[in-house]
Amino acid sequence: MLTYLSNPQRFMAFSAWAAPLFFAAAVIALGVGLPWSLVFSPADYQQGETVRIMYVHVPAAWWSMGVFAFMAAASFVGLVWRHALADVAARAAAPIGATLAGLCLITGSLWGAPTWGTWWEWDGRMTSMLVLFVTYLGYIALWSAIEDEEKAARLAAILCLVGAINLPIVHFSVEWWSTLHQPASIVRSGGSAIHPSMLGPLLTMAAGYLFLFGALVMMNMRAAIFRRRVESARARGGEA
Amino acid sequence: MSAFVATFKRDVALMWTGGGALAPVGYFLGATMLVPLAMGPDRALLEAAGPPLVWIAAALAVLATLERLFQADLEDGSLEQMLLSPAPLEMLVLAKGLAMWCVVGLPIALAGAPAAIALQAPIELVPAIVLSLALGMAAFIGVGLVGAALTAGVKRGGVLIALIVLPFFAPPIIFGSAVAVGDAVAAALSILAGCALGATALGPIAAAGALRLQAE
Repeated sequence: MLTYLSNPQRFMAFSAWAAPLFFAAAVIALGVGLPWSLVFSPADYQQGETVRIMYVHVPAAWWSMGVFAFMAAASFVGLVWRHALADVAARAAAPIGATLAGLCLITGSLWGAPTWGTWWEWDGRMTSMLVLFVTYLGYIALWSAIEDEEKAARLAAILCLVGAINLPIVHFSVEWWSTLHQPASIVRSGGSAIHPSMLGPLLTMAAGYLFLFGALVMMNMRAAIFRRRVESARARGGEA
Repeated sequence: MSAFVATFKRDVALMWTGGGALAPVGYFLGATMLVPLAMGPDRALLEAAGPPLVWIAAALAVLATLERLFQADLEDGSLEQMLLSPAPLEMLVLAKGLAMWCVVGLPIALAGAPAAIALQAPIELVPAIVLSLALGMAAFIGVGLVGAALTAGVKRGGVLIALIVLPFFAPPIIFGSAVAVGDAVAAALSILAGCALGATALGPIAAAGALRLQAE
């Protein structure tokens, strides 16, 4: 599948119908998931209606990490097999991942205010997410700072892979750090005991996010390929 | 091996004639000086929160020295000579990092003693803080090599290096500040040594990969 799509021609043909399809799937999943989670799902017996922030927040947290893993895989392929399309994919995914990480931080803060009584808490997960967000920003900034696109792609791929090594280390150091400093953690660890009536809308939202990511990343990639074609056509026209 | 020694000597000489540790150490102490000005001179407050802030000053001082690390080599053609040399580029990058640790890292670690004392660290903790800074500097420089190599072709890349490298500074700062407040000192020192070794082992490989692209 991946080798088949590594040809830009075939990718363009595939994404021409796959991107709208993913977009439609995202519209359906979010169209079902948003009302389900924000209106029809049960309110929490402790948190009340504010629990609904979870349905926006948790999928953003999951996919901001998932997108970085996707970028690391694409960077690896781009670096090892010199696939131009893998570079394009990694670059196309970065702003989406950064947006998800930012969304996760903002909704986390909004959720923290009513439930924990604070807009920000330096707990392990929030701190790791902040580091992930800064890593995204550095990656995007490096891409835009280097003019030669091919060179930028390779350098950004190195950064992405080194960052992928760093993030788990950061995660575990921050865990250690927050357990050392926080007398009583507000976030209970192992808090995955979620009621099935909330799991349904949560997974629907997560699927919606995933489809939306797929659609957006393909659209971004198509835009990048079209731009490259325009530029090379212009360069050829300039020579003539 | 002779290429390793030659690169090390050359970089030490270059950094030494360029002012040596004076500017980074001065920056480090200056940044430390600002801490009580911002927090207030209250002794109890400084005792509780001051010592870990030497780590912020140390991180900033390293960041400020990274920008020119490979840029000068790229501009004057020494990078191409390094690529032509039969010695692996990774070794030469390691030599440059080691030179930087000797000229900049170690003096900052030593300057950490007066800085920590001025921020009201308990005197018996000061040797551990100096040791932790020496290890932390190796970790900072190891990842700093990568940041400097990635941005060697970028004009005025200083802010970009900082943005790229800062997430990598998180683990050493966490364990370094644990030493500075006297929490689990032995464990934190071991983990810092692990960070230093990991960064020294992997940093030059990633940095050399980036430098090969820069010279293309």
